[in-house]
Amino acid sequence: MAHFEKANSVGEWLDQRLAVNKLMKVMMTEYWIPKNINFLWAMGVVLMTMFTVLLISGIFLLMYYKPDTKLAFDSVNYTIMQEVYFGWLWRHMHAVAASVVFLVIYIHMFTAIYYGSYKRGREMIWISGMLLFVTFSAEAFSGYMLPWGQMSYWAAQVITNLFGGIPFIGDELVIWIRGNFYVADSTLTRFFMLHVLLLPLVIMGIIGLHFYSLRIPHVNNQEGEEIDFDAEAEKYKAGQKKESKVIPFWPVFLSKDLFVMGVFMIFYFYLVFYHYNFAMDPINFDPANPMKTPAHIYPEWYFLWSYEVLRGFFFDVGPIAAMDIGLAAFGIANVIFFLMPVLDRSPVVKPAHKRGPFFIWFWILVVDMIVLTIWGKLPPTGINAWIGFFATIVFLVSLLVALPAITKKEAERAGGAA
Amino acid sequence: MADQGRRDFIGMVFGGVAAVGGVASLYAMKRTWDPLPSVMAAGFTTVDLSPMKEGEFRTVQWRGKPIFILKKSKEMKKCDDRDLMVGNEDYLIAIGLCTHLGCIPAWEADKQIFKCACHGGEFDACGVNTFGPPPRPLDIPPFKIEGTKLVLGEEGPEYKKLVGKA
Repeated sequence: MAHFEKANSVGEWLDQRLAVNKLMKVMMTEYWIPKNINFLWAMGVVLMTMFTVLLISGIFLLMYYKPDTKLAFDSVNYTIMQEVYFGWLWRHMHAVAASVVFLVIYIHMFTAIYYGSYKRGREMIWISGMLLFVTFSAEAFSGYMLPWGQMSYWAAQVITNLFGGIPFIGDELVIWIRGNFYVADSTLTRFFMLHVLLLPLVIMGIIGLHFYSLRIPHVNNQEGEEIDFDAEAEKYKAGQKKESKVIPFWPVFLSKDLFVMGVFMIFYFYLVFYHYNFAMDPINFDPANPMKTPAHIYPEWYFLWSYEVLRGFFFDVGPIAAMDIGLAAFGIANVIFFLMPVLDRSPVVKPAHKRGPFFIWFWILVVDMIVLTIWGKLPPTGINAWIGFFATIVFLVSLLVALPAITKKEAERAGGAA
Repeated sequence: MADQGRRDFIGMVFGGVAAVGGVASLYAMKRTWDPLPSVMAAGFTTVDLSPMKEGEFRTVQWRGKPIFILKKSKEMKKCDDRDLMVGNEDYLIAIGLCTHLGCIPAWEADKQIFKCACHGGEFDACGVNTFGPPPRPLDIPPFKIEGTKLVLGEEGPEYKKLVGKA
Protein backbone atom coordinates (compact mmCIF):
# COMPACT_ATOMS: atom_id res chain seq x y z
CA MET A 1 0.00 0.00 0.00
CA ALA A 2 1.06 3.54 -0.65
CA HIS A 3 2.65 5.46 2.21
CA PHE A 4 0.49 8.12 3.88
CA GLU A 5 1.69 10.90 6.19
CA LYS A 6 -0.59 12.19 8.90
CA ALA A 7 -2.65 14.99 7.39
CA ASN A 8 -2.74 18.41 9.07
CA SER A 9 -5.99 19.61 7.50
CA VAL A 10 -9.09 18.31 5.78
CA GLY A 11 -7.74 19.68 2.49
CA GLU A 12 -4.48 17.83 2.92
CA TRP A 13 -6.30 14.65 3.91
CA LEU A 14 -8.40 14.85 0.72
CA ASP A 15 -5.37 15.76 -1.39
CA GLN A 16 -3.54 12.63 -0.27
CA ARG A 17 -6.48 10.46 -1.26
CA LEU A 18 -8.03 12.25 -4.26
CA ALA A 19 -5.22 14.51 -5.51
CA VAL A 20 -7.60 17.48 -5.26
CA ASN A 21 -4.81 20.03 -5.62
CA LYS A 22 -3.75 18.55 -8.92
CA LEU A 23 -7.36 18.29 -10.05
CA MET A 24 -7.96 21.97 -9.22
CA LYS A 25 -4.91 22.91 -11.27
CA VAL A 26 -5.92 20.84 -14.30
CA MET A 27 -9.57 21.89 -14.23
CA MET A 28 -9.36 25.44 -12.98
CA THR A 29 -6.29 27.38 -11.85
CA GLU A 30 -3.99 26.09 -14.61
CA TYR A 31 -6.58 25.64 -17.31
CA TRP A 32 -5.43 28.40 -19.63
CA ILE A 33 -7.83 30.61 -21.56
CA PRO A 34 -6.72 33.15 -24.20
CA LYS A 35 -7.22 36.79 -23.22
CA ASN A 36 -8.71 38.00 -26.48
CA ILE A 37 -12.10 36.33 -26.44
CA ASN A 38 -15.38 38.22 -26.22
CA PHE A 39 -18.71 37.67 -24.50
CA LEU A 40 -19.78 35.15 -27.15
CA TRP A 41 -17.39 32.67 -25.55
CA ALA A 42 -19.46 32.77 -22.37
CA MET A 43 -22.30 30.87 -24.05
CA GLY A 44 -20.91 27.52 -22.91
CA VAL A 45 -21.21 28.51 -19.26
CA VAL A 46 -24.67 29.97 -19.94
CA LEU A 47 -25.70 26.66 -21.49
CA MET A 48 -24.35 24.72 -18.53
CA THR A 49 -26.40 26.97 -16.24
CA MET A 50 -29.53 26.48 -18.33
CA PHE A 51 -29.05 22.72 -18.28
CA THR A 52 -28.78 22.83 -14.49
CA VAL A 53 -31.97 24.93 -14.29
CA LEU A 54 -33.74 22.42 -16.54
CA LEU A 55 -32.53 19.51 -14.42
CA ILE A 56 -33.63 21.02 -11.10
CA SER A 57 -36.97 22.41 -12.31
CA GLY A 58 -37.54 19.06 -14.06
CA ILE A 59 -37.01 17.15 -10.81
CA PHE A 60 -39.67 19.26 -9.11
CA LEU A 61 -42.13 18.78 -12.00
CA LEU A 62 -41.44 15.05 -11.97
CA MET A 63 -42.82 14.76 -8.45
CA TYR A 64 -46.37 15.58 -9.57
CA TYR A 65 -46.44 14.69 -13.27
CA LYS A 66 -48.30 11.50 -14.21
CA PRO A 67 -47.20 9.72 -17.40
CA ASP A 68 -50.61 8.31 -18.28
CA THR A 69 -52.74 9.51 -21.21
CA LYS A 70 -55.75 9.83 -18.89
CA LEU A 71 -53.92 11.80 -16.21
CA ALA A 72 -51.05 13.63 -17.89
CA PHE A 73 -52.96 16.70 -19.10
CA ASP A 74 -54.58 17.41 -15.72
CA SER A 75 -51.47 16.60 -13.72
CA VAL A 76 -49.75 19.45 -15.59
CA ASN A 77 -52.55 21.95 -16.14
CA TYR A 78 -54.42 21.42 -12.90
CA THR A 79 -52.20 19.83 -10.25
CA ILE A 80 -48.89 21.49 -11.05
CA MET A 81 -50.29 24.81 -12.24
CA GLN A 82 -53.08 25.28 -9.69
CA GLU A 83 -52.41 23.15 -6.63
CA VAL A 84 -48.70 22.66 -6.12
CA TYR A 85 -47.13 25.60 -4.30
CA PHE A 86 -44.81 27.27 -6.82
CA GLY A 87 -45.72 24.57 -9.35
CA TRP A 88 -46.26 27.33 -11.92
CA LEU A 89 -42.74 28.60 -11.26
CA TRP A 90 -41.11 25.24 -12.01
CA ARG A 91 -43.21 24.78 -15.09
CA HIS A 92 -42.49 28.21 -16.50
CA MET A 93 -38.81 27.95 -15.63
CA HIS A 94 -38.66 24.56 -17.35
CA ALA A 95 -40.59 25.64 -20.45
CA VAL A 96 -38.77 28.95 -20.89
CA ALA A 97 -35.35 27.37 -20.28
CA ALA A 98 -36.16 24.65 -22.84
CA SER A 99 -36.83 27.40 -25.38
CA VAL A 100 -34.00 29.85 -24.65
CA VAL A 101 -31.48 27.01 -24.35
CA PHE A 102 -31.87 26.63 -28.11
CA LEU A 103 -31.36 30.34 -28.69
CA VAL A 104 -28.06 30.08 -26.81
CA ILE A 105 -27.11 26.85 -28.60
CA TYR A 106 -27.62 28.59 -31.96
CA ILE A 107 -25.52 31.58 -30.83
CA HIS A 108 -22.87 29.14 -29.59
CA MET A 109 -22.90 27.26 -32.91
CA PHE A 110 -22.74 30.35 -35.08
CA THR A 111 -19.97 31.82 -32.94
CA ALA A 112 -17.97 28.68 -33.65
CA ILE A 113 -18.70 28.96 -37.36
CA TYR A 114 -17.87 32.68 -37.45
CA TYR A 115 -14.48 32.24 -35.78
CA GLY A 116 -13.64 28.89 -37.40
CA SER A 117 -13.53 27.09 -34.06
CA TYR A 118 -14.32 23.74 -35.69
CA LYS A 119 -11.02 23.59 -37.57
CA ARG A 120 -7.49 22.31 -37.16
CA GLY A 121 -7.41 20.20 -34.03
CA ARG A 122 -10.76 21.42 -32.74
CA GLU A 123 -12.90 19.04 -34.82
CA MET A 124 -13.92 16.94 -31.82
CA ILE A 125 -15.17 20.02 -29.98
CA TRP A 126 -17.45 20.73 -32.92
CA ILE A 127 -18.59 17.13 -33.39
CA SER A 128 -19.32 16.57 -29.69
CA GLY A 129 -21.15 19.90 -29.67
CA MET A 130 -23.30 18.82 -32.62
CA LEU A 131 -24.02 15.53 -30.81
CA LEU A 132 -25.23 17.66 -27.91
CA PHE A 133 -27.43 19.68 -30.26
CA VAL A 134 -29.04 16.50 -31.61
CA THR A 135 -29.61 14.97 -28.16
CA PHE A 136 -30.98 18.29 -26.89
CA SER A 137 -33.40 18.26 -29.83
CA ALA A 138 -34.57 14.75 -28.92
CA GLU A 139 -34.84 15.82 -25.29
CA ALA A 140 -36.89 18.89 -26.20
CA PHE A 141 -39.19 16.93 -28.46
CA SER A 142 -39.80 14.12 -25.96
CA GLY A 143 -40.55 16.71 -23.28
CA TYR A 144 -42.92 18.67 -25.51
CA MET A 145 -45.06 15.55 -25.78
CA LEU A 146 -45.55 15.00 -22.07
CA PRO A 147 -48.34 17.52 -21.25
CA TRP A 148 -50.49 15.55 -23.74
CA GLY A 149 -52.15 18.56 -25.30
CA GLN A 150 -53.23 18.76 -28.94
CA MET A 151 -49.89 20.11 -30.15
CA SER A 152 -48.03 17.49 -28.12
CA TYR A 153 -50.13 14.77 -29.66
CA TRP A 154 -49.83 15.89 -33.26
CA ALA A 155 -46.14 16.65 -32.93
CA ALA A 156 -45.70 13.07 -31.75
CA GLN A 157 -47.86 11.84 -34.61
CA VAL A 158 -45.85 13.73 -37.24
CA ILE A 159 -42.39 13.06 -35.83
CA THR A 160 -42.97 9.33 -35.34
CA ASN A 161 -44.47 9.23 -38.82
CA LEU A 162 -41.20 10.58 -40.24
CA PHE A 163 -39.66 7.16 -39.60
CA GLY A 164 -42.27 5.74 -42.00
CA GLY A 165 -40.20 7.28 -44.79
CA ILE A 166 -37.37 4.80 -44.22
CA PRO A 167 -37.47 2.26 -47.06
CA PHE A 168 -38.84 -1.28 -46.45
CA ILE A 169 -39.14 -1.22 -42.65
CA GLY A 170 -40.76 2.23 -42.27
CA ASP A 171 -44.36 1.23 -41.50
CA GLU A 172 -43.43 -1.45 -38.98
CA LEU A 173 -40.82 0.83 -37.42
CA VAL A 174 -43.47 3.48 -36.75
CA ILE A 175 -45.70 0.93 -34.97
CA TRP A 176 -42.68 -0.32 -33.01
CA ILE A 177 -41.67 3.16 -31.88
CA ARG A 178 -45.24 3.98 -30.84
CA GLY A 179 -45.94 0.58 -29.31
CA ASN A 180 -49.39 0.81 -30.85
CA PHE A 181 -51.07 1.49 -34.16
CA TYR A 182 -51.43 5.13 -33.15
CA VAL A 183 -49.76 7.50 -30.72
CA ALA A 184 -51.04 6.02 -27.47
CA ASP A 185 -50.26 5.42 -23.82
CA SER A 186 -47.28 3.20 -24.64
CA THR A 187 -45.83 6.07 -26.72
CA LEU A 188 -46.27 8.54 -23.85
CA THR A 189 -44.65 6.30 -21.23
CA ARG A 190 -41.61 5.44 -23.33
CA PHE A 191 -41.04 9.06 -24.32
CA PHE A 192 -41.37 9.94 -20.63
CA MET A 193 -38.60 7.45 -19.88
CA LEU A 194 -36.43 8.95 -22.62
CA HIS A 195 -37.07 12.49 -21.39
CA VAL A 196 -36.40 11.98 -17.70
CA LEU A 197 -33.76 9.27 -17.70
CA LEU A 198 -32.03 8.00 -20.80
CA LEU A 199 -31.54 11.23 -22.75
CA PRO A 200 -30.41 13.30 -19.72
CA LEU A 201 -27.85 10.59 -18.96
CA VAL A 202 -26.60 10.67 -22.54
CA ILE A 203 -26.50 14.49 -22.48
CA MET A 204 -24.44 14.54 -19.29
CA GLY A 205 -22.03 12.04 -20.81
CA ILE A 206 -21.61 14.14 -23.96
CA ILE A 207 -21.21 17.34 -21.92
CA GLY A 208 -18.27 15.60 -20.22
CA LEU A 209 -16.84 14.68 -23.62
CA HIS A 210 -17.43 18.20 -24.96
CA PHE A 211 -15.51 19.79 -22.06
CA TYR A 212 -12.73 17.25 -22.32
CA SER A 213 -12.42 17.78 -26.08
CA LEU A 214 -11.72 21.44 -25.33
CA ARG A 215 -8.96 20.80 -22.80
CA ILE A 216 -6.30 19.62 -25.25
CA PRO A 217 -6.55 21.89 -28.35
CA HIS A 218 -7.64 24.75 -26.04
CA VAL A 219 -10.12 27.51 -26.68
CA ASN A 220 -9.95 29.40 -29.98
CA ASN A 221 -9.74 33.20 -29.85
CA GLN A 222 -11.07 36.29 -31.63
CA GLU A 223 -8.15 36.45 -34.08
CA GLY A 224 -7.85 32.70 -34.65
CA GLU A 225 -4.27 33.15 -33.45
CA GLU A 226 -2.25 30.04 -32.75
CA ILE A 227 -1.01 30.38 -29.18
CA ASP A 228 1.80 28.41 -27.56
CA PHE A 229 -0.16 27.71 -24.40
CA ASP A 230 2.76 26.16 -22.51
CA ALA A 231 5.05 29.13 -23.13
CA GLU A 232 2.35 31.69 -22.34
CA ALA A 233 1.37 29.79 -19.19
CA GLU A 234 5.00 29.88 -18.01
CA LYS A 235 5.01 33.65 -18.51
CA TYR A 236 1.85 34.00 -16.46
CA LYS A 237 3.15 31.80 -13.67
CA ALA A 238 6.41 33.76 -13.66
CA GLY A 239 4.41 36.88 -12.84
CA GLN A 240 4.42 38.42 -16.36
CA LYS A 241 0.65 38.56 -16.33
CA LYS A 242 0.49 41.52 -18.69
CA GLU A 243 2.79 40.03 -21.32
CA SER A 244 1.14 36.59 -21.21
CA LYS A 245 -1.60 35.95 -23.75
CA VAL A 246 -3.44 33.63 -21.40
CA ILE A 247 -5.24 33.75 -18.07
CA PRO A 248 -6.37 30.93 -15.79
CA PHE A 249 -9.97 29.74 -16.07
CA TRP A 250 -10.45 30.14 -12.32
CA PRO A 251 -10.76 32.71 -10.89
CA VAL A 252 -9.75 35.23 -13.59
CA PHE A 253 -11.67 34.15 -16.67
CA LEU A 254 -14.76 32.86 -14.90
CA SER A 255 -15.44 36.34 -13.49
CA LYS A 256 -16.18 37.49 -17.05
CA ASP A 257 -18.35 34.43 -17.69
CA LEU A 258 -20.25 35.10 -14.49
CA PHE A 259 -20.96 38.67 -15.56
CA VAL A 260 -22.41 37.54 -18.90
CA MET A 261 -24.34 34.85 -17.08
CA GLY A 262 -25.74 37.40 -14.65
CA VAL A 263 -27.03 39.57 -17.50
CA PHE A 264 -28.47 36.51 -19.20
CA MET A 265 -30.22 35.30 -16.06
CA ILE A 266 -31.95 38.68 -15.66
CA PHE A 267 -33.24 38.31 -19.23
CA TYR A 268 -34.25 34.71 -18.50
CA PHE A 269 -36.21 35.47 -15.32
CA TYR A 270 -37.81 38.46 -17.04
CA LEU A 271 -39.18 35.96 -19.56
CA VAL A 272 -40.14 33.45 -16.84
CA PHE A 273 -42.16 35.99 -14.89
CA TYR A 274 -43.55 38.27 -17.57
CA HIS A 275 -43.42 36.53 -20.94
CA TYR A 276 -43.63 32.80 -20.23
CA ASN A 277 -46.43 32.54 -22.78
CA PHE A 278 -44.08 32.56 -25.74
CA ALA A 279 -43.03 29.05 -24.73
CA MET A 280 -46.64 27.89 -24.34
CA ASP A 281 -48.62 27.22 -27.50
CA PRO A 282 -52.34 27.98 -26.96
CA ILE A 283 -53.30 24.85 -28.91
CA ASN A 284 -51.49 22.77 -26.31
CA PHE A 285 -54.08 23.79 -23.72
CA ASP A 286 -56.61 21.59 -25.54
CA PRO A 287 -56.33 17.97 -24.39
CA ALA A 288 -54.95 15.55 -26.99
CA ASN A 289 -57.55 14.24 -29.41
CA PRO A 290 -56.47 11.49 -31.83
CA MET A 291 -59.57 12.08 -33.96
CA LYS A 292 -59.07 15.77 -34.68
CA THR A 293 -56.04 17.54 -36.16
CA PRO A 294 -55.65 21.23 -35.26
CA ALA A 295 -56.09 23.48 -38.29
CA HIS A 296 -52.44 24.44 -38.40
CA ILE A 297 -49.63 22.54 -36.76
CA TYR A 298 -46.04 23.64 -36.45
CA PRO A 299 -43.16 22.84 -34.11
CA GLU A 300 -41.56 25.12 -31.54
CA TRP A 301 -39.61 28.03 -33.05
CA TYR A 302 -36.21 26.32 -32.77
CA PHE A 303 -37.22 23.47 -35.10
CA LEU A 304 -38.98 25.66 -37.66
CA TRP A 305 -36.00 25.98 -40.02
CA SER A 306 -35.59 22.22 -40.45
CA TYR A 307 -39.38 21.80 -40.57
CA GLU A 308 -39.46 24.25 -43.48
CA VAL A 309 -36.68 22.29 -45.21
CA LEU A 310 -38.82 19.17 -44.75
CA ARG A 311 -41.80 20.70 -46.51
CA GLY A 312 -39.86 23.00 -48.88
CA PHE A 313 -40.22 20.56 -51.77
CA PHE A 314 -43.92 20.50 -52.50
CA PHE A 315 -43.85 19.11 -56.04
CA ASP A 316 -42.53 15.87 -57.49
CA VAL A 317 -39.33 15.97 -59.51
CA GLY A 318 -39.59 13.38 -62.26
CA PRO A 319 -40.14 9.98 -60.67
CA ILE A 320 -39.15 11.11 -57.15
CA ALA A 321 -42.03 11.97 -54.86
CA ALA A 322 -41.99 15.39 -53.19
CA MET A 323 -42.23 13.71 -49.78
CA ASP A 324 -39.11 11.64 -50.34
CA ILE A 325 -37.11 14.69 -51.47
CA GLY A 326 -38.37 16.57 -48.42
CA LEU A 327 -37.38 13.73 -46.11
CA ALA A 328 -33.95 13.47 -47.72
CA ALA A 329 -33.43 17.25 -47.44
CA PHE A 330 -34.59 17.13 -43.82
CA GLY A 331 -32.14 14.30 -43.14
CA ILE A 332 -29.34 16.32 -44.75
CA ALA A 333 -30.30 19.45 -42.77
CA ASN A 334 -29.99 17.50 -39.54
CA VAL A 335 -26.55 16.06 -40.21
CA ILE A 336 -24.94 18.62 -42.52
CA PHE A 337 -23.52 20.76 -39.70
CA PHE A 338 -21.64 17.72 -38.37
CA LEU A 339 -19.61 17.93 -41.56
CA MET A 340 -18.49 21.55 -41.14
CA PRO A 341 -14.84 20.55 -40.54
CA VAL A 342 -14.90 18.66 -43.87
CA LEU A 343 -17.02 21.09 -45.90
CA ASP A 344 -14.74 23.99 -44.97
CA ARG A 345 -11.65 23.05 -46.95
CA SER A 346 -9.52 26.00 -45.98
CA PRO A 347 -6.94 25.69 -43.19
CA VAL A 348 -7.30 29.39 -42.40
CA VAL A 349 -8.51 29.97 -38.84
CA LYS A 350 -9.65 33.58 -38.75
CA PRO A 351 -12.83 35.43 -37.91
CA ALA A 352 -15.24 35.54 -40.85
CA HIS A 353 -14.78 39.29 -41.46
CA LYS A 354 -11.15 38.58 -42.35
CA ARG A 355 -12.01 35.80 -44.76
CA GLY A 356 -13.71 37.73 -47.60
CA PRO A 357 -16.24 35.48 -49.39
CA PHE A 358 -16.68 33.33 -46.30
CA PHE A 359 -18.04 36.40 -44.48
CA ILE A 360 -20.74 36.88 -47.13
CA TRP A 361 -21.48 33.17 -47.07
CA PHE A 362 -21.86 33.25 -43.29
CA TRP A 363 -24.43 36.05 -43.31
CA ILE A 364 -26.36 34.50 -46.21
CA LEU A 365 -26.64 31.32 -44.15
CA VAL A 366 -27.81 33.22 -41.06
CA VAL A 367 -30.40 35.22 -43.00
CA ASP A 368 -31.56 32.11 -44.87
CA MET A 369 -32.08 30.22 -41.62
CA ILE A 370 -34.09 33.15 -40.24
CA VAL A 371 -36.21 33.15 -43.41
CA LEU A 372 -36.73 29.38 -43.06
CA THR A 373 -37.71 29.89 -39.43
CA ILE A 374 -40.27 32.58 -40.23
CA TRP A 375 -41.79 30.77 -43.22
CA GLY A 376 -41.80 27.51 -41.24
CA LYS A 377 -44.63 28.95 -39.19
CA LEU A 378 -46.68 30.31 -42.09
CA PRO A 379 -49.21 28.16 -43.94
CA PRO A 380 -47.44 26.50 -46.89
CA THR A 381 -49.73 27.79 -49.60
CA GLY A 382 -49.32 30.08 -52.61
CA ILE A 383 -46.29 32.37 -52.54
CA ASN A 384 -45.27 31.03 -49.10
CA ALA A 385 -44.65 27.60 -50.59
CA TRP A 386 -42.29 29.13 -53.17
CA ILE A 387 -40.39 31.22 -50.63
CA GLY A 388 -39.96 28.08 -48.54
CA PHE A 389 -38.76 26.20 -51.60
CA PHE A 390 -36.15 28.80 -52.57
CA ALA A 391 -34.94 29.23 -48.99
CA THR A 392 -34.50 25.46 -48.81
CA ILE A 393 -32.51 25.48 -52.05
CA VAL A 394 -30.33 28.32 -50.77
CA PHE A 395 -29.72 26.41 -47.55
CA LEU A 396 -28.68 23.19 -49.30
CA VAL A 397 -26.61 24.90 -51.99
CA SER A 398 -24.78 27.20 -49.58
CA LEU A 399 -23.66 24.32 -47.39
CA LEU A 400 -23.12 21.57 -49.95
CA VAL A 401 -21.77 23.59 -52.89
CA ALA A 402 -20.84 27.16 -51.98
CA LEU A 403 -18.95 26.46 -48.77
CA PRO A 404 -16.53 23.87 -50.24
CA ALA A 405 -16.02 26.05 -53.34
CA ILE A 406 -15.34 29.29 -51.43
CA THR A 407 -13.00 27.66 -48.95
CA LYS A 408 -11.10 25.75 -51.62
CA LYS A 409 -10.30 29.05 -53.34
CA GLU A 410 -9.29 30.49 -49.99
CA ALA A 411 -6.99 27.53 -49.35
CA GLU A 412 -5.30 28.14 -52.74
CA ARG A 413 -4.79 31.83 -51.95
CA ALA A 414 -3.42 31.02 -48.50
CA GLY A 415 -1.09 28.45 -50.08
CA GLY A 416 0.06 30.99 -52.69
CA ALA A 417 0.71 33.69 -50.11
CA ALA A 418 2.79 31.48 -47.86
CA MET B 1 3.43 -19.96 -29.82
CA ALA B 2 1.14 -22.71 -28.55
CA ASP B 3 0.31 -20.39 -25.69
CA GLN B 4 -0.62 -17.60 -28.10
CA GLY B 5 -2.92 -19.95 -29.98
CA ARG B 6 -4.66 -20.85 -26.76
CA ARG B 7 -5.14 -17.19 -25.85
CA ASP B 8 -6.57 -16.41 -29.27
CA PHE B 9 -8.95 -19.33 -28.90
CA ILE B 10 -10.13 -18.18 -25.46
CA GLY B 11 -10.52 -14.67 -26.83
CA MET B 12 -12.68 -15.89 -29.67
CA VAL B 13 -14.78 -18.05 -27.35
CA PHE B 14 -15.32 -15.07 -25.08
CA GLY B 15 -16.26 -12.93 -28.08
CA GLY B 16 -18.72 -15.57 -29.22
CA VAL B 17 -20.38 -15.85 -25.80
CA ALA B 18 -20.59 -12.07 -25.50
CA ALA B 19 -22.07 -11.78 -29.00
CA VAL B 20 -24.78 -14.36 -28.20
CA GLY B 21 -25.64 -12.52 -24.99
CA GLY B 22 -25.64 -9.17 -26.79
CA VAL B 23 -27.91 -10.34 -29.57
CA ALA B 24 -30.27 -11.99 -27.06
CA SER B 25 -30.46 -8.76 -25.03
CA LEU B 26 -31.09 -6.65 -28.13
CA TYR B 27 -33.89 -9.03 -29.13
CA ALA B 28 -35.45 -8.73 -25.66
CA MET B 29 -35.18 -4.93 -25.84
CA LYS B 30 -36.72 -4.87 -29.31
CA ARG B 31 -39.62 -7.07 -28.17
CA THR B 32 -40.21 -4.90 -25.11
CA TRP B 33 -41.10 -1.98 -27.38
CA ASP B 34 -43.36 -4.12 -29.60
CA PRO B 35 -47.10 -3.47 -29.26
CA LEU B 36 -48.55 -5.52 -26.38
CA PRO B 37 -50.75 -8.55 -27.11
CA SER B 38 -53.78 -6.62 -25.86
CA VAL B 39 -53.03 -3.92 -28.42
CA MET B 40 -52.55 -6.43 -31.23
CA ALA B 41 -55.86 -8.08 -30.33
CA ALA B 42 -57.67 -4.71 -30.33
CA GLY B 43 -61.14 -5.63 -31.59
CA PHE B 44 -62.84 -5.22 -34.88
CA THR B 45 -65.07 -2.27 -35.60
CA THR B 46 -68.43 -2.89 -37.25
CA VAL B 47 -70.25 -0.08 -39.03
CA ASP B 48 -73.75 -0.36 -40.45
CA LEU B 49 -73.70 1.43 -43.79
CA SER B 50 -77.45 1.24 -44.48
CA PRO B 51 -78.53 4.41 -42.61
CA MET B 52 -76.06 6.58 -44.54
CA LYS B 53 -77.56 9.07 -46.94
CA GLU B 54 -76.18 9.88 -50.36
CA GLY B 55 -73.33 12.34 -50.18
CA GLU B 56 -72.96 11.75 -46.43
CA PHE B 57 -69.49 11.70 -44.94
CA ARG B 58 -68.61 10.17 -41.61
CA THR B 59 -65.58 9.22 -39.64
CA VAL B 60 -65.37 6.14 -37.44
CA GLN B 61 -62.52 5.06 -35.19
CA TRP B 62 -60.66 1.82 -35.71
CA ARG B 63 -57.48 0.92 -33.86
CA GLY B 64 -57.20 4.53 -32.79
CA LYS B 65 -57.25 5.72 -36.39
CA PRO B 66 -59.96 7.68 -38.13
CA ILE B 67 -61.66 5.79 -40.97
CA PHE B 68 -63.36 7.90 -43.64
CA ILE B 69 -66.59 6.63 -45.10
CA LEU B 70 -68.17 8.65 -47.89
CA LYS B 71 -71.35 7.49 -49.52
CA LYS B 72 -71.15 8.92 -52.99
CA SER B 73 -73.98 10.70 -54.67
CA LYS B 74 -74.58 10.63 -58.41
CA GLU B 75 -72.59 13.81 -59.06
CA MET B 76 -69.50 12.78 -57.15
CA LYS B 77 -66.37 11.59 -58.82
CA LYS B 78 -66.28 7.84 -59.23
CA CYS B 79 -63.25 5.63 -59.55
CA ASP B 80 -63.74 2.01 -60.42
CA ASP B 81 -60.49 0.89 -58.87
CA ARG B 82 -60.94 2.58 -55.49
CA ASP B 83 -64.67 2.66 -54.81
CA LEU B 84 -66.39 0.00 -52.77
CA MET B 85 -69.69 -1.20 -54.14
CA VAL B 86 -72.16 -2.53 -51.58
CA GLY B 87 -75.21 -3.58 -53.55
CA ASN B 88 -75.71 -0.65 -55.89
CA GLU B 89 -74.29 1.88 -53.48
CA ASP B 90 -70.95 3.43 -54.00
CA TYR B 91 -68.59 4.17 -51.06
CA LEU B 92 -65.15 5.53 -50.41
CA ILE B 93 -63.47 3.71 -47.51
CA ALA B 94 -60.06 5.00 -46.45
CA ILE B 95 -57.80 5.48 -43.45
CA GLY B 96 -58.21 9.18 -42.70
CA LEU B 97 -54.55 9.93 -42.22
CA CYS B 98 -52.65 11.98 -44.75
CA THR B 99 -50.07 9.75 -46.40
CA HIS B 100 -47.48 12.49 -45.96
CA LEU B 101 -47.05 12.70 -42.19
CA GLY B 102 -50.29 11.42 -40.75
CA CYS B 103 -52.46 14.44 -39.99
CA ILE B 104 -56.22 14.06 -40.47
CA PRO B 105 -57.42 15.83 -43.64
CA ALA B 106 -60.79 17.55 -43.45
CA TRP B 107 -63.61 16.80 -45.93
CA GLU B 108 -64.56 20.01 -47.69
CA ALA B 109 -67.96 19.11 -49.08
CA ASP B 110 -68.33 22.22 -51.22
CA LYS B 111 -65.06 21.57 -53.06
CA GLN B 112 -65.34 17.78 -52.92
CA ILE B 113 -61.80 17.40 -51.60
CA PHE B 114 -59.99 16.22 -48.52
CA LYS B 115 -57.67 19.01 -47.45
CA CYS B 116 -54.85 18.46 -44.97
CA ALA B 117 -54.09 21.59 -42.95
CA CYS B 118 -50.62 20.45 -41.94
CA HIS B 119 -48.79 20.66 -45.24
CA GLY B 120 -51.51 21.57 -47.67
CA GLY B 121 -51.98 18.11 -49.15
CA GLU B 122 -55.21 17.49 -51.07
CA PHE B 123 -57.07 14.30 -52.00
CA ASP B 124 -60.08 14.03 -54.27
CA ALA B 125 -63.34 12.22 -53.50
CA CYS B 126 -61.64 8.95 -54.46
CA GLY B 127 -58.90 9.52 -51.87
CA VAL B 128 -56.34 10.08 -54.61
CA ASN B 129 -53.63 12.67 -53.88
CA THR B 130 -54.03 15.63 -56.23
CA PHE B 131 -51.83 18.32 -54.72
CA GLY B 132 -49.02 18.86 -52.24
CA PRO B 133 -46.54 16.52 -50.62
CA PRO B 134 -48.63 13.34 -50.03
CA PRO B 135 -46.84 10.61 -52.02
CA ARG B 136 -49.76 8.21 -52.53
CA PRO B 137 -53.55 7.98 -52.23
CA LEU B 138 -55.15 7.45 -48.83
CA ASP B 139 -54.61 3.90 -47.59
CA ILE B 140 -57.49 1.45 -47.58
CA PRO B 141 -58.00 -0.36 -44.26
CA PRO B 142 -58.57 -4.12 -44.23
CA PHE B 143 -62.30 -4.82 -44.15
CA LYS B 144 -64.99 -7.29 -45.06
CA ILE B 145 -68.62 -6.84 -45.95
CA GLU B 146 -71.45 -8.63 -44.14
CA GLY B 147 -74.69 -7.64 -45.80
CA THR B 148 -74.84 -3.88 -45.31
CA LYS B 149 -72.29 -3.97 -42.50
CA LEU B 150 -68.67 -3.02 -42.84
CA VAL B 151 -66.29 -4.95 -40.54
CA LEU B 152 -62.92 -3.25 -40.18
CA GLY B 153 -59.87 -5.32 -39.26
CA GLU B 154 -60.39 -8.41 -41.39
CA GLU B 155 -59.39 -8.88 -45.00
CA GLY B 156 -62.53 -9.98 -46.83
CA PRO B 157 -62.77 -10.85 -50.55
CA GLU B 158 -64.00 -7.34 -51.39
CA TYR B 159 -60.90 -5.85 -49.80
CA LYS B 160 -58.57 -8.20 -51.64
CA LYS B 161 -60.27 -7.41 -54.91
CA LEU B 162 -59.98 -3.67 -54.29
CA VAL B 163 -56.34 -3.69 -53.20
CA GLY B 164 -55.37 -6.22 -55.87
CA LYS B 165 -56.68 -3.85 -58.50
CA ALA B 166 -55.59 -0.60 -56.89
